[in-house]
Amino acid sequence: MVETLLFVVVGLVALLGALTVVVAPNPVHSALGLLATLLAVAVLYVLQLAHLVAAVQVIVYAGAVMTLFLFVIMLIGVDKDDIRKESLPFQRWVVGAVSAVIVVFAAVLTLSGDFDWVPAAASVPSPDINGTVEAVAEPLFTDWVLAFEATALLLTVAAAGAIALAHYRRRVT
Amino acid sequence: MVDPGWYMGLASALFFIGAVGLLLRRNALIMFMCIELMLNAVNLTLISAGRALNDINGQVAVFFILVVAAAEVVVGLAIIVSIFRLRSSASVDELSEMRG
Repeated sequence: MVETLLFVVVGLVALLGALTVVVAPNPVHSALGLLATLLAVAVLYVLQLAHLVAAVQVIVYAGAVMTLFLFVIMLIGVDKDDIRKESLPFQRWVVGAVSAVIVVFAAVLTLSGDFDWVPAAASVPSPDINGTVEAVAEPLFTDWVLAFEATALLLTVAAAGAIALAHYRRRVT
Repeated sequence: MVDPGWYMGLASALFFIGAVGLLLRRNALIMFMCIELMLNAVNLTLISAGRALNDINGQVAVFFILVVAAAEVVVGLAIIVSIFRLRSSASVDELSEMRG
């Protein structure tokens, strides 16, 4: 009961934040909408017992990534006039029609009732897995240790690339 | 307990909103935020699938997606800032030098 109530409220917050990202003319408002969505998704993680992932979501996304976004917005200034420009009006209508078809198809599929979201789940008994640090770290450092090291390399390369881009000066003007 | 299908429905709605924003907005920063939105929707799907299948590996996969998203944001924002230095604009419509 508590989970249902929290799911409805937090899900609405997530959807409203996502809509704010898309429709707000001011990029700062978009960033705040994204922040609301990220925090709401973190609450949804907690509802599904993914405690460690929720904490990482708040620290990395809502903390570091959003700070970086707001920093860049402040750095390059706020221009408000991009949403009204129609440089590709025809393609926009095509995309709208295609996505409307997809939405109607998905709605019909869902409302028909016999669509199974997680096909193999019905046979599995569900004593809830608990996403503690210990439970997540055990497969992370045994089965997926190679992928883990690869992500460490990826982060190093990304940091070096960002520094290289920041130092780049145009030779020929 | 809320059925995992509801979480996945919410995640697909978030993904759809992000995709629509990516297609409609022309500000590079807003497009980046929409990509983050879509990545979060995928993460939510993985978490609820992992819960439904009683498998911790769903949460491990979310970690890797978080790392890739963080690296992508770092490099992407650096590219946006260096484009802004050249052009004084963050609109992707004006970046047409590589048009064939």
